[in-house]
Amino acid sequence: MNGTKEDIRKHRVGVYICHCGGNISDYVNVEAVKNVINDHPGVSLVKTTMFTCSDASQISMVEDIKEKNLDAIVVASCSPKLHLMTFRDVARRAGLNPYNYIQVNIREQSSWAHSDKPAEATRKAIKLVIAGIEKARRFRDLKSIEMETVNTSVVVGAGISGMRASIELADMGTQVYLIERDHFIGGHVAQLGKVFQGNSTGNEIVGKLFREIKKRSNITLFTGTQIAGMKGNVGNFEIVINVEPRYVKGDVSEKEFMDSINVCPVSLPDEFNFGLTERKALYKHNQNSLPGRPAVDMSVCNRCGKCADICIGSIDLDQKPEKISVNAGAILVNTGYDAYEPMKSEFGYGEIKEVITLQQLERLIELNPDDLVWKNRKIRNIAFIYCVGSRQPSGERTYCSRYCCTAAIHASLKLCDKYSDIKTFHLHKGIRTYGKQEVLYDEASRKGNIFLQFEEGKNPVVQMSNEKLEVRLNDILTENMEIVINSDLVVLVTGMVARNNDSLKQVLKIPQGSDKFFNEIHPKLRPVETVMDGIFIGGACQSPRNITETMTSSLAAAAKASSLISKGTITLEPNLAIIDKEKCTWCGKCEEICTFGAVVKALSEGKTIAGIVNAACKGCGACLPSCHEDAIELLGYTNSEIESMIDAISEEVVFKEQNVADEQKSGIKKQDAEWDLKVEKLDDNSKKILKALETEPKSIPEIAAEISLPSKEVTYLLMSLRKYGYVSDTNFINEDEYYTYALNHSVVHQELLYAKND
Amino acid sequence: MADVQFVPKILVFSSERISDPAIDLAGLLKKHYPPSVYNITVPCTSSIKPRWILHALKRGIDGVFIASDGTDCAYRSDCSDITSVTIKSAQEAMKIEGINVARIKMAAICSVCADPFVSHMKAFMNSLTEMGSIQNELRTE
Repeated sequence: MNGTKEDIRKHRVGVYICHCGGNISDYVNVEAVKNVINDHPGVSLVKTTMFTCSDASQISMVEDIKEKNLDAIVVASCSPKLHLMTFRDVARRAGLNPYNYIQVNIREQSSWAHSDKPAEATRKAIKLVIAGIEKARRFRDLKSIEMETVNTSVVVGAGISGMRASIELADMGTQVYLIERDHFIGGHVAQLGKVFQGNSTGNEIVGKLFREIKKRSNITLFTGTQIAGMKGNVGNFEIVINVEPRYVKGDVSEKEFMDSINVCPVSLPDEFNFGLTERKALYKHNQNSLPGRPAVDMSVCNRCGKCADICIGSIDLDQKPEKISVNAGAILVNTGYDAYEPMKSEFGYGEIKEVITLQQLERLIELNPDDLVWKNRKIRNIAFIYCVGSRQPSGERTYCSRYCCTAAIHASLKLCDKYSDIKTFHLHKGIRTYGKQEVLYDEASRKGNIFLQFEEGKNPVVQMSNEKLEVRLNDILTENMEIVINSDLVVLVTGMVARNNDSLKQVLKIPQGSDKFFNEIHPKLRPVETVMDGIFIGGACQSPRNITETMTSSLAAAAKASSLISKGTITLEPNLAIIDKEKCTWCGKCEEICTFGAVVKALSEGKTIAGIVNAACKGCGACLPSCHEDAIELLGYTNSEIESMIDAISEEVVFKEQNVADEQKSGIKKQDAEWDLKVEKLDDNSKKILKALETEPKSIPEIAAEISLPSKEVTYLLMSLRKYGYVSDTNFINEDEYYTYALNHSVVHQELLYAKND
Repeated sequence: MADVQFVPKILVFSSERISDPAIDLAGLLKKHYPPSVYNITVPCTSSIKPRWILHALKRGIDGVFIASDGTDCAYRSDCSDITSVTIKSAQEAMKIEGINVARIKMAAICSVCADPFVSHMKAFMNSLTEMGSIQNELRTE
C-alpha cells in the first residue's frame, strides 16, 4: 500500500454524513455508512445530520471541533461546488485550518446518479467516504494563495438585464464592457408597449437605462459584437470579441434615413415586428431604436450604394469586421430568452392566417393606433389560448413561463382601453397571475373578459368552418360544456424558451439544464453563480421570468461579480507544486513544461535542483508527470493522498450487506404499519383504488376499468387521495395520453428490490 | 456455488473545473451509470502520474478513465497532450506488467458533457466486462 501510514498526520477526524432532507438518504442508507466508518482508524466522531449546511448543524460542528479537538473534518454531502466554502468557514470559526476539511460528494455522484440501485449507492458512498477520510488523515496544514484580479467585467447582452447590471457594476467602480449581438439594444423589452406595473413602455425603460449608461464613462457599449474566444481564469479572463461593422460611421438625419430606405431595393420580413411588416437592408428596429444610428444588414445588402449617395460620408460599405481583446476579472451573461415559435398547425398556426402569437399581437397593438386591423379586417373578437409551448406534459418545456398569463391579460386590457368593441375570450389551464399581478386578472374579469378553462390533454380546437374561424373547447368550469367561439383572431399565448446561444455556450462552457436554460450552481444558495468560477448569469437566460425578476437577478449577479473582483485580489487554493530536494537531479523537463514560469533552476546546499516560484505556480500539476525521478508533488494531491484514496476505493467494503437490508426492511415494516393505519380510515372505493395501484402506476380509465367504477367517481376519489398524500402524479402519460398515478407507499417496490438482492 | 457475476470497477480521474461538473450534472439529471464507477478529482488531468494509474490497476481497479478537459482547460489548452504522454507512459508500464493496455481510456468531457460521460461509462464498462477481471492478468504476472 503506497498511501503509507508514515504520512498520516491527522489522528482525530470528524465525519458528518448528510441526509440532505431525503436527497441522499432516500437512496443511500446513511446509518449503514455511519456504522461502517465508526470504527475506521483515525475517526474520532461520526454524525448523521438532516441538513449539514443548516445553521444548527454548523454550530454543532464548531462545538464538536473544539470539544473533541478534531484535527480534520470530512463532510459527506452534496457537490463541493455548493458548500466547500460553507464548511471551510465552519472550520475557520472553530479555529481549525480551513484546508483540513474535505467534502465528499455522495449526492450528485452517488445517491442521485444511482437512485435506481440504492444498495449499490450505499456501498459506493461508504467507499467514497473512506477515501475522503484517508485523504484527510494525510492533510498538511496548507495556507491559501492570493492572486491579483482585474476590476473589469464583460457583460454579455444589452437587454434590460445586462444594462441594469452594467450600471450597477460601474457605480461600484468596475470598468464594464457591455457587448450586444444585435446592432440595437433593449432586447425583447424594446418590442413591448406599456408593461405592467406602471405606465412606462418597453422603449421608455430601455431609453432610461441607455441614458444612464451614457452618463458613465466606465461603461463601454459594443453593438454587433459577440464573444469569440476566452482564455485565462477567474480574476483575469482574456476575452476575444468579434465586432461586426455597422457600416454607418456618421450621424444620419431622419430625412436622410427615410430617403435612403425609400431607394433601398432590398426588402425582407422585419423580425422585430415578427414578420408583420417589412424592412430594408438599411434599417432601425423602430424610430426609438438605440443607439439611434441605423445599421446596414450586410447579409442581405446588394451594395448598390444608393443609401451612401444620400447619406454622404456617413455610410461606409467597406468597413471590415474587427477582433478586440479585453481582460476581465468576471463575466456576466444576460442573454435573455427567445419567444416560443409554435409548430406548424399547432392550434392552426402557420396554416390559418388569423392565428398569431402574443408577441405578434403586442407589435400589432403598437402598429395600429386607431383600429385593430389584421389582414385588412377590423378585429372584434379575440380568443387567447394559454400555455402554448409551456407546461407541457413531457419534454423540454414542462416548466411554466411565469410571465405569459399576466402578459396576455395585460395585452387584453390594453386592447379594451385602446380600441372600442373588442371582446376577448381567455382559454386557459389555470391562470397564474401570482403576487401583485392578480389585480390585472381581477380587473379583466370586471371589465367583461371571459375566462374559460380546459383540461390538460383536452386542448381547444382551432378550425375554419364555412370560412369562419371558430374555437371549440370543453369548459371545465361549466361541467365540460362544449363551447364554440366565433373569433376574428386567435392569439397563442406563447412562453419563453432558452435562446439559441450555441457559440457562447461553446466558449464559456456554462452548463444548461434539460430545459436548455443556463444552470446556476444552486437555485437557493448560489442562484446567480455558475460552476465556471467568475462567470455569472442574470435575467431570463437562466429561466423564464418577468421584468421585475429579471432586474433583481441581474443586480444580484452584478453584486456577486463586484464582490469577487473589486477587492483587487482573490484567494486561490494553496495547491502549489513542491520539490523533493533529495530526489531531484535537475533535468529541466519540469521547467520546460511549465508555461507560467513557475519552475526555475535553483541551488540547494550546493546541489542544482528545481525551485518553485510560489507566486507564479497555478497549481495545475502539469509538471508532475514530467519528472522521471518523481520528485515533484502537488499539495493536496500528493502520491500518498491520491494512492490512499485509490486503496479505499479498490478495497472491498467490510460491511454487513444484510444489515443494511434488515434495517431497511425494519423501516419498511414500520412504514407498513403506519400505512395500514392510514388506509384503514378510508372508504371502500378508495381502498379499491389503492389496491389497484399496488402493482404499477395506472391512469384513471385503467383504474376505473379494473375496479368497475365510473371514471368520474374514480377522478373524485383519486384527487382526494392525492390531496391527502396517498397517491401522487408520476409525471408520465400512458399510451392513451392519460396521466398515471402511483402509490406514495413504496413497500411493494422495496420488497421486490430486496427480494432480488437476497 | 453459482459464479458471482463480474462487475468491473472503474476509477475516473476528473478535473475540478471542467469534467467534474459534468459528472455532477449527470447525477443532477439522474442519468444513471454503473455504481462501480468511482471518481477522484484533480485540478487538471495533466497532473495525473503514471504511477497512480498503475497503482489503481494493481490494486484491482479494472479500468481507469481519464475525463480530460480537452481544449477547455482553465490552466492550459494543451493539457490533453500532456495527459496523452502520461497515458502512453502508463501503457508501457502496463505492458511490462502484463496488463491489457485497453484498460486505460481517455476522452474529453466538457463541463456540460453529462450525456457523453454516461455513454463513455457504459461503453467502457461493457468492454471491461468482455476483458474480464484484472485479477486474471495480475495473477499471470
